[in-house]
Amino acid sequence: MSESWPLWEVFVRSKRGLNHVHVGSLHAPDAEMAVRNARDLYTRRNEGVSIWVVPSAAITASSPEEKDPFFAPAGDKVYRHPTFYSIPEDVPHL
Amino acid sequence: MSFDNAYEALGQTADDDGRWAYGTGFTDPLSTVDRAVPPGVVPEELALYSLMLGDDALVLSQRLSAWCSRGPELEEDVALANIALDLLGQARMLLSRAGDVLGRDEDSLAFLRDEHEFRNVQLCEVTDGPAGRAGVGDFGFAIARLLLFSTWRLALFERLRDSADPVLAAVAAKGVKELAYHRDHAARWTVRLGDGTAESHARMQAGLDAMWPYVDELFEPHEVETRLFAAGVAVDTAALRDPVFAVLDTVLSAATLEPPSARGLARVGGRAGRDGVHTEAMGYLLAELQSVARAYPEAAW
Repeated sequence: MSESWPLWEVFVRSKRGLNHVHVGSLHAPDAEMAVRNARDLYTRRNEGVSIWVVPSAAITASSPEEKDPFFAPAGDKVYRHPTFYSIPEDVPHL
Repeated sequence: MSFDNAYEALGQTADDDGRWAYGTGFTDPLSTVDRAVPPGVVPEELALYSLMLGDDALVLSQRLSAWCSRGPELEEDVALANIALDLLGQARMLLSRAGDVLGRDEDSLAFLRDEHEFRNVQLCEVTDGPAGRAGVGDFGFAIARLLLFSTWRLALFERLRDSADPVLAAVAAKGVKELAYHRDHAARWTVRLGDGTAESHARMQAGLDAMWPYVDELFEPHEVETRLFAAGVAVDTAALRDPVFAVLDTVLSAATLEPPSARGLARVGGRAGRDGVHTEAMGYLLAELQSVARAYPEAAW
């Protein structure tokens, strides 16, 4: 094959109530096969109950050069963390 | 997919086993099943039927696993390997069922039987055509065989779920979900290649033509199958012809492929794969499958 299939990003929701998490990428000629390839590559070990695929080209990412203006200002604001609450033992997925 | 809005899928119910995010909820379908041979069934015949269905899966699993690292893309390598592993799992349960009766374990049945003792249909053993660029044959041949086999086996397992043998019924209930995916995978590729370019259409048709002579055997019951059908244990494979061809007609017409007119391969003295009579491909396949186990008997790792 002279040209590779386009790249897709894969998101898997592992359990009802949790959010979809990015797990990796794969090649597929179209969305339909991308979902199936994702099933074969990323849910072989009982990892998922739902899959999303997105063309990698459709993702806009922040730039490493913007790291400081983007993220550094949040680094010293400890009061934004809810660390002053006690977490009940029996609440899952926190 | 079937949802216009991705968030609609979130409303679907699913098993929820507590707070664990990954890797729980595994089940052993045979853990609660009674392994006694049902009354009125000849144990050796039940063993033979289990070998037939188990050898089909074992031998095709071996053929499919040869595609790992040779498929058109890495993703397809993994897809075919997954299917091969599903079939290997079915083979293990079925050979173990035969072993219950024969007093042998699954490994001994897989690795220490000779060619004439294997009871798989010949469709499972033939090669995927000339070695070609992939070194293991032509992808169109592999897909054609998988389409024919999984369509037939899915129809068979759907009915085997009602078997009077609880082990076969449990194996079938698990296998139906796997085979539905195998058939879906093969059918999608068949349509994609058949209704694709002139090159892909020609190679898909060639694969179909090459596999077609082995289809008739799928619907020709061995005498043991006929007797076990009367006892409610086996499926009447002759009755599967119409439902299987109804599915194949749908797929082939969507793929703009012609159903081949080739007649079934002649039997040898009325015998074929179910009697242990195989094609020339079988010896090579078994040599590869069994060589390590025979070179290092009882080896474990």
